[in-house]
Amino acid sequence: MDLSAINPILFIAGFLVAATPLIFAAIGELVTEKAGVLNLGVEGMMITGAICGFAIAVETGSPLMGFAAAAVGGALLSLLFAFLTQVTLANQVASGLALTLFGLGLSALLGQSYVGIKPPRLGDMNFGPLADIPVLGPILFTHDIILYLGFALVAATWAVLKFTRAGLILRAVGESHDAAHALGYKVVRIRTLAIMFGGACAGLGGAYISLIRVPQWTEGMTAGVGWIALALVVFASWKPWRLLLGAYLFGGITQLQLNLQGVGVAIPVEYLAMSPYLITIIVLVILSRDKSAAPACLGRTFHASS
Amino acid sequence: MIRLEKRPQPSRAFSLATPLLAVLATMFFGGLLFFALGKDPLASIQTIFWEPLFGEFSFFYRPQLLIKGAPLVLIAIGLSLGFKAGIWNIGAEGQYIMGALFGAGVGLAFYPVEGFYVFPLMVLAGAFGGWLWAMIPALLKVKFGTNEILVSLMLVYVAEQFLASMSLGLMKNPEGFGFPGSRNLQQYASAHNADLIAGTGMHWGVVAAMIAVIFAYVLLTKHRLGFAIRVTGEAPRAAKFSGVNPTRLVLICMGMSGLLAGLAGLFEVSGPAGQVTIDFNVGYGFTAIIVAFLGRLHPVGILLAGLLMALTYIGGDIAQSKLGLPAAAIQVFQGMLLFFLLALDMFTNYRLRLGRTEAA
Repeated sequence: MDLSAINPILFIAGFLVAATPLIFAAIGELVTEKAGVLNLGVEGMMITGAICGFAIAVETGSPLMGFAAAAVGGALLSLLFAFLTQVTLANQVASGLALTLFGLGLSALLGQSYVGIKPPRLGDMNFGPLADIPVLGPILFTHDIILYLGFALVAATWAVLKFTRAGLILRAVGESHDAAHALGYKVVRIRTLAIMFGGACAGLGGAYISLIRVPQWTEGMTAGVGWIALALVVFASWKPWRLLLGAYLFGGITQLQLNLQGVGVAIPVEYLAMSPYLITIIVLVILSRDKSAAPACLGRTFHASS
Repeated sequence: MIRLEKRPQPSRAFSLATPLLAVLATMFFGGLLFFALGKDPLASIQTIFWEPLFGEFSFFYRPQLLIKGAPLVLIAIGLSLGFKAGIWNIGAEGQYIMGALFGAGVGLAFYPVEGFYVFPLMVLAGAFGGWLWAMIPALLKVKFGTNEILVSLMLVYVAEQFLASMSLGLMKNPEGFGFPGSRNLQQYASAHNADLIAGTGMHWGVVAAMIAVIFAYVLLTKHRLGFAIRVTGEAPRAAKFSGVNPTRLVLICMGMSGLLAGLAGLFEVSGPAGQVTIDFNVGYGFTAIIVAFLGRLHPVGILLAGLLMALTYIGGDIAQSKLGLPAAAIQVFQGMLLFFLLALDMFTNYRLRLGRTEAA
């Protein structure tokens, strides 16, 4: 084994890419949870986004169209969850699981004829001379636009939640739906929008995996990223910037274990591949003591007459 | 304008009718799906639900019903205990894998010694393996308040990697000409979970599933622990006042579901599957979640739901070979079932009222 074979610059650039699907999925879920809804269907929405994005990108030849389709696909699927939990008032945990099981099946069905195809590539942004800065250039300025969009989304979410009236209403709905309802806010409508935002983001994250990170389509290719995103929201105690940090941490671990597999470390491949999941568990254990940051109405069903 | 009104008490009639309505709705919309895929919807539905039971080759498919139904029922019974109490073990797939690995490991360690004690030891090891794997999220939950949903789910991926490592490494058949996978336990008489009556599909897993159903029924209706489970799920505060120990409840519910999932894995790997291979698990641990809900978390309901779900597996296989229906279509079909169930469940707890609109 030869650790010097890992190029630190490529490694860091690589883990920014590895973290991006997580950032999208987790920031979407963060907004959903801030509105008081626990959607465990992230994995299902991601994988649906992955295939919708992939299929449309291949059919139209435009990766950006693919990403748009992925967002729409994810949001549409999340509408099913919204219907179950907001209209028919079903249990959120069960509905989320249903969404994941359904999404995995649906994506496999949609993706049958797309196995083994190469999608059109999305080019990197052109930052001109910035990309030539030693070290920082290749790390920060040689990526596709979606990666930067993910970063911008975190910043925007933070700003909206913290500084705007819309953010305040969203948080109020998540903290006390009865009080928000009494003030005349449309709890169900706000939650539905938050769920759809979560779905669209998860879809984008999924498409980032199938169109850029891998890039190809295989069944079940999100391999638990959606679940890690859920853990990430807890890890971040529902704060966008901590979420970004967490995503980079997980991206780093994923990239590191892939690199270690590549240079032939003495640890068997399977044990390296376990590491992101194990580390998620460890992080959850360390950070689970403090639950005060969780929105007070998280996971509770709202019914206006009660 | 239609609005919902909470029923003072859940409707018993709807509670019983919902699963049936959900199945009918799934048949209808599943039929539409199959139609969209260019298949004859009626023929597809008939192939899935009729062919395995009464078709030309039903003598072959009927035993399959027990073989596929047993692990589903076994796992779902365990899950239902936790679900009832609001304890969400969704990592049954991982516990199933670990049970199979522990059990098969014991069997392979004894190879080629023949003895009556081999199989019972494997059963114990399988149960232990599943239990152990479920204890991780359980202990983390009671010690640190970690979310059991995420931890148990993460452990599925860990178990899958572990399975890959085992079937390519430690448990690989030394006489297997380099093919991945362990020795075939079907060819090792002492470790083989054979049909108790040849050709019926009635293996020890089916017996265990029957016992589990009866056990769960008695537990839930007659035992104090069953009362603790039900009251915790329905009114956590009341549970506290009536002296239920939540820590103990988490450990017991998670432990039992892990144990049963482990058993299911062991019976599968030593019987129908025969060997430890990278993909011997086919997602029973996840489908069992649907089974548990479809069966209304009630032991008898789960028994029926397990058989129905087994039917869709078998019928799906037939439809795949006969009509060219994609395997994923069945997965969608099963997912749909859970959707309709959850949606229709509204009528159990609420009733629709026509009336003036209120600000909502």
